[in-house]
Amino acid sequence: MKIDISYGSGGKQTSNLINDIFIKNFDNEVLNKLEDAAVLDMSGKIAFTTDSFVVTPMFFNGGNIGKLAVCGTVNDLSMMGAMPKYLTTGFIIEEGADSETIDKIAYAMKLAAAEANIKIVAGDTKVIEGNGNVYINTAGIGTIMKEGISIHNCQKGDAILLSGNLGEHHAAIMSKRMGIENNIMSDCAPLSLLVKDLIDNDIDVHCMRDVTRGGLATVLNEVAESSVCRVEIIEDSLPVSDEVKGFCNILGLDPLYMANEGKLIAVVPQSQAKKALEVMKNNKYGTNAQIIGSIVCGKGVNMITTLKGNRIVDILYGEGLPRIC
Amino acid sequence: MCVAVPGKIIEISGDKAKVDIMNNICEVNIKLVTVKIGDYVLIHAGCVIDVLKKDIAEEILLMFNELEEDANDDSWAGKN
Amino acid sequence: MMTLGQVKTELKEYDGEPIKIMEVCGTHTSSIFKNGIRSLISPKIQLISGPGCPVCVTASAYIDKLIDYSLMENHCVLTFGDMMKVKGNKLCLTQASAVGGNVKILYSPLDAVKIALENSQTQYVFAAVGFETTTPIYAVLIEEMKKNKIKNLKLLTSLKTIIPAVSYICENEEKIDAFLAPGHVCVIIGYSDFNELAIKYHKPFVVAGFEGEHILAAIYEIVHQIKNKQSNVKNMYVNAVSEEGNIKALAMMDKYFEKADDYWRGIGIIKNSALRIRPEFAEFDAGSTFEEYKESPPKGCRCRDVILGRINPNECPLFSIKCTPLNAIGPCMVSTEGVCGIWFKNREA
Repeated sequence: MKIDISYGSGGKQTSNLINDIFIKNFDNEVLNKLEDAAVLDMSGKIAFTTDSFVVTPMFFNGGNIGKLAVCGTVNDLSMMGAMPKYLTTGFIIEEGADSETIDKIAYAMKLAAAEANIKIVAGDTKVIEGNGNVYINTAGIGTIMKEGISIHNCQKGDAILLSGNLGEHHAAIMSKRMGIENNIMSDCAPLSLLVKDLIDNDIDVHCMRDVTRGGLATVLNEVAESSVCRVEIIEDSLPVSDEVKGFCNILGLDPLYMANEGKLIAVVPQSQAKKALEVMKNNKYGTNAQIIGSIVCGKGVNMITTLKGNRIVDILYGEGLPRIC
Repeated sequence: MCVAVPGKIIEISGDKAKVDIMNNICEVNIKLVTVKIGDYVLIHAGCVIDVLKKDIAEEILLMFNELEEDANDDSWAGKN
Repeated sequence: MMTLGQVKTELKEYDGEPIKIMEVCGTHTSSIFKNGIRSLISPKIQLISGPGCPVCVTASAYIDKLIDYSLMENHCVLTFGDMMKVKGNKLCLTQASAVGGNVKILYSPLDAVKIALENSQTQYVFAAVGFETTTPIYAVLIEEMKKNKIKNLKLLTSLKTIIPAVSYICENEEKIDAFLAPGHVCVIIGYSDFNELAIKYHKPFVVAGFEGEHILAAIYEIVHQIKNKQSNVKNMYVNAVSEEGNIKALAMMDKYFEKADDYWRGIGIIKNSALRIRPEFAEFDAGSTFEEYKESPPKGCRCRDVILGRINPNECPLFSIKCTPLNAIGPCMVSTEGVCGIWFKNREA
């Protein structure tokens, strides 16, 4: 059934949309009350964040925009050492979208929310003119499990861990857009339990960041700037699948600058690096984790290449467009 | 100026072929070359531009074997 | 007979006369950067980049025409990703898209055929830019257009040839000691054309592949030749390059394209350095000849000297201060694979 502009009017059709899709999929005692706001019980320090999702195509190998919308915000909270508890979601639907499509998206959100053990407790829907695209905003709150985790907190001598293979989300999306057949799946996943494992095992995590837009290179540059240090990484330690390498070679892309949606870097004291690696590898989203480098004196980010040369790794400028030159 | 990538021909149909580039399958045009299934080729912007003679690791090894040593004189150290 | 380890040691310890090696291929520039090659060789071996980024040497007038097409009703510009950020006299394609221009990025020119067939109401213009590696593919495209009787697709060409450019550099620049010849251009054209240049200018020309090992081996070969006062053409990309090149591709190029003089941004006119669609195939041409090339090099911009290898990017007064990848003033910075773009990425933080 096609959604037209009347579904955003706030009347019966809006109410049907909310009940038939959002209440059905997100079903919890807070949301089901359909109040103007969710009233929640929280104590102690909380983390609070928001993110918006506009990916095309909306459905890709390994997920869809709905799964992304839940995992993205869950992960942002987790990176601060918080256990995610509640999400809100706002949908902006271009008329012409299918209600079955929205239902599939909401169902994916339901599954992701269940895995992350969070509830979607408030939402909003708007319908605008357009071509059937869907855009989602999520905001989330979580309770702080470990204080002091910050991008400003990296210390000289710290080790940097990466939880798994680079570039998979970006490659999955671009493969679909460019008509390249492969088995690359988006790595979109909630990382809250991986983070909890690190904290429960007494790893003194100084900083965590999820590797999203701009790729690992951008995240590491943010660390170097905020913690006023240099980040040195080793090319041979970076986990990249052969398939993603091949994909990058076809389009002239660099895995360092490609987005993930289910990977994090963790900066930990050198003395705990091995233990942290073991903890990560024991989690289903960290099986390919590696120690990729360390925090040293200086500025910026450099990489020791496979040939043992030295290369500066700058932040991403502009878009990472496919090249022939 | 030329991002080109090696791949293996797995299927041919007229002027088109399917290539396997590290498990990525692409459709390419083969009008600029003469190929058969199993050939290793060089692909640029959706077209095969070359048939490769060897596997790249083997080629690199042979390439170093061909370089001449200058180990017995001092001129590398600029003492000429 | 050498090993990689021995080659690395020799190149790191080289302490002879300074040697300046020019590479003329944006993909070589990129590979040198990606492998950290400069950190592996003696500071007495200097690697400089020449006019090997076809995107960077494309005339502003060409970009302006593409922008105009993108903004026309019922028109759409199809392009490689490389061209999106290159500014003409005012805008680049990314900016044109932001103000309502119709632009689509393709991986292969041949994808344009399907798009044109499926959207017969739209007039498509393909931004056909490149060196000899890419030109044969445009010839294949024209054949496909003929076969499918496509009327709503044309090529706006800025196709350049490498030998005239290298010859120009040799003629006008004295301090370059040797060249890394572009591996994938040589796949198409072979390497015999470099013999004449090697003999005339007494410089080694070494055809190099794109792995870090290829580049190190080629640099070693150059240093070895210079030390032994040799100036030979040597093919070190044997896997892919033959002396005569790809005969089929050369024939296709010759069928549809002819030589012409061309304007190189930052350099000026170089004779016989362009390939233009032959007059008998003019129906496929979107107007690739220009009456004049209005270039107003910005004040202080030293792109010309950079492209000709006279100075390094960091010797330009605008480099990284006023001219950055986000605010590119000259053509060498516009593409992140242009010389200044690469140096910017490589600069010490």
